Amino acid sequence: MQNLGEAFALALSLVASGDPDLLEIVALSLRVSLSATALACLLGLPLGALVATARFRGRGIVLVVMNALMGLPPVVVGLLVYIHLSRSGPLGFLGLLYTPGAMILAQTILIAPIVAALSRQVLEDLHVEYAEQFRSFCLTRRQVIGALLWDARYALLTVGLAGFGRAVAEVGAVIVVGGNIDHLTRVMTTAIALETSKGDLPLALALGIILLVLALGVNAAVQALRMTAARSAYV
Amino acid sequence: MPNRRALATTALALLTAPAFAQEPSIIVQSTTSTANSGLYDYLLPMFEEESGIRVNVVAVGTGQAIQNARNCDGDLLLVHARPAEEQFVSDGMGTERTDLMYNDFVIVGPEDDPAGVSGMEDAQEALSKIAEEGASFASRGDDSGTHKKEMQLWSDTGVDPTEASGEWYRETGSGMGATLNAGIGMGAYAMTDRATWISFENKQDYEVLVEGDEDLYNQYGVIPVSQEACPSVNAEGAQAFADWLLSAEGQEAIAGFEVDGQQLFFPNAPEEAS
Repeated sequence: MQNLGEAFALALSLVASGDPDLLEIVALSLRVSLSATALACLLGLPLGALVATARFRGRGIVLVVMNALMGLPPVVVGLLVYIHLSRSGPLGFLGLLYTPGAMILAQTILIAPIVAALSRQVLEDLHVEYAEQFRSFCLTRRQVIGALLWDARYALLTVGLAGFGRAVAEVGAVIVVGGNIDHLTRVMTTAIALETSKGDLPLALALGIILLVLALGVNAAVQALRMTAARSAYV
Repeated sequence: MPNRRALATTALALLTAPAFAQEPSIIVQSTTSTANSGLYDYLLPMFEEESGIRVNVVAVGTGQAIQNARNCDGDLLLVHARPAEEQFVSDGMGTERTDLMYNDFVIVGPEDDPAGVSGMEDAQEALSKIAEEGASFASRGDDSGTHKKEMQLWSDTGVDPTEASGEWYRETGSGMGATLNAGIGMGAYAMTDRATWISFENKQDYEVLVEGDEDLYNQYGVIPVSQEACPSVNAEGAQAFADWLLSAEGQEAIAGFEVDGQQLFFPNAPEEAS
């Protein structure tokens, strides 16, 4: 428990001193995970909406697969991306390995299924509720999806946050495809893993505390946004 | 889908946005001990200032470092497993292997020393005693340079510890630091390079119990990845860094690196290289 007190003190002093290395790592963590969340939403929300509104043969299997992919192990995603981005792999010519781009790609693959599967559930429930209305308006599929996405936007924010939470907390994928290179691809989680392996447990824990506060900040910002939007909607 | 164009544009922008100005850079696939001990933090600024070449270090176990380099995902190798390094060069993957520096391995254990190996100078004898007593031993188990060395020592003793894997012999399958953390957590002996040990900050009641055996010698080598095998490598940058490390200046810098007043690496590049 001595470590914990030490870690809190260290976390405070790191933040207070505005350590430039720490800021760089925090900024990269946010940049990578927020980008991955944005991409995963661009991919996952339409996909979730499509599956939510469509009835087709084999739909049950698609649902099971989508839900199962939520449990993709980060290190496996990292390996798959590594194999493709490696110079000896099919996409090696892009030169993306050991760059933030590779990390964004890996996290996108990791969390797109989460966004797709959760949004599918949210939108499907909503669709059942609105199905009659939609039919009476004779809406096209695209209009239905648009209406559903808009109406469920607050619930979908939470879906996005679930994806972001997974992305910002994972270490297995980014350490393989990013390489934890100082000043280039080091993020909060890989820095924590590094400090742990150096045996500097208080510093590792301090970074963990800062990461938690960071996640708290992002969630609070989204919450504030939602409340502001909700308030203005009812004026 | 209306999103398709937006998606493509966003994806492209996010993935390719350069994080840094495009200065020349190389990737070093490295063993962890050199990185964890802070050697690179000490050396790289000197080299980068002099050459203008940025050095990006990927610190993994020696086995993985060599594998990554075989996939052409590195420009220079800095590892410590001589047979595997020579294999790498003879396979045409590397241009040339050169001795860079050395230190030694030590066996660390808890203060109460259940197998009674403290002060022993014969590594094989100490390992045999640990096996005889069935005292816990934490092994890397990850095909790293340290792991290869440990396996070689075991084979000299005639004991096959992997038969007791999961019992007294525990293969963590992770890096040196993680293995030390685990070993210390369960009161197990462990073999580590001295550099990692000296700079390790979670020693608790652990100390060096066995040291000084010639067989515990730990040689580091440096190998530029061959451009013939990997056309994408920055051969010029890699060679420049290798040359600097092997030069009188680089060797002096390595000798000058200390943690807690102790020198961690002893340069021993051949004379003609400097």
